[in-house]
Amino acid sequence: MLAFFAIVLTAANPVTSGYGIGDTVSDFKLKNFDGRMISLSDYKSSKGVILIFDCNTCPYSKAYNDRIIALHKKYGPQGYPVVTINSNDGKQSPGDSFEQMVARAKQKNYDFPYLLDESQEVARAFGATNTPHVFVLRNSGQGFVVSYIGAIDNNSRNGDQASKKYVEDAVNALLEGKNVPTLQTKAVGCGIKWKDA
Amino acid sequence: MVRLIFVSLFLFGSTCHAQQARIVKLADLQQLMSHSDDTLHVINFWATWCGPCIKELPYFEKVAASGVRVTLVSMDLELDPDPKKVYKFIERKGLQSEVVLLDEQDPNTYINKIDQRWSGALPATIIINHSTGQRIFVERSLREGELEQLLSEI
Repeated sequence: MLAFFAIVLTAANPVTSGYGIGDTVSDFKLKNFDGRMISLSDYKSSKGVILIFDCNTCPYSKAYNDRIIALHKKYGPQGYPVVTINSNDGKQSPGDSFEQMVARAKQKNYDFPYLLDESQEVARAFGATNTPHVFVLRNSGQGFVVSYIGAIDNNSRNGDQASKKYVEDAVNALLEGKNVPTLQTKAVGCGIKWKDA
Repeated sequence: MVRLIFVSLFLFGSTCHAQQARIVKLADLQQLMSHSDDTLHVINFWATWCGPCIKELPYFEKVAASGVRVTLVSMDLELDPDPKKVYKFIERKGLQSEVVLLDEQDPNTYINKIDQRWSGALPATIIINHSTGQRIFVERSLREGELEQLLSEI
């Protein structure tokens, strides 16, 4: 009975693992909205990457879109560019199809990648659960190390009124060689649209 | 006599019709989740903007109609402080289950207080057996029949 129950519990959630703070992540190669293939290893001369699992349709993603663009504007020149990944199943969520991604990227003049994670392998590898979901990666020289996981800030409605700007604090700390003050946070958001088993 | 009939009809109507959704703070929600006259309690976290959440609502309504206590916790206020959209949705869909709107602003704190296993993603469902204290947590939308299956196992 207990064993069966355990099976029910573990089968219940699509993502029960993923990278933790301090893990070195595997490389990945995904298609960008402009058709080019982009790898994490392309960023080997950056200090790090602000990796964000994002999408078109989630109201949280929409609420944070300008803040995501602003993060790239601020930290790209400092060595921490933004890279966004859409892992939503386009069949379940047509608004998140590749064509729609291209439209969004062009409409908002994305000067950072918006990658399609077709197989959802990258989302699973990272343990991404909702959108937006940030993984700040520090380039150690031997690979990219997970240094912060979670929300962008603590006020989804209004970034200017956020009392805690988690991603900015994390990247600022990394740039100054200090400890990241808050390593991991949670936020309400749209669950990633996993493909039907 | 007529007044008595009128009042009786009004009371009867009130208990049959879904109660107006309450706005609750975290403490109220925790109270609701830890104390119940019912043995089994299904708590679903959803929002009017969440497609997969809306798709599975009929399964919760069906279970509620069978007599199991169901509470639908709307997270709408997180993004939009005006509850009217939720009230309109409840009315339009004719939701019969108990609906509460969570009014809290620091998700990084309250998510773990609701359930440590929850990432914050919607939809999410907790099934509680109040007599054993056991809790099942599911962080994805449920398939048809799954809720009944989980209820039979807890």
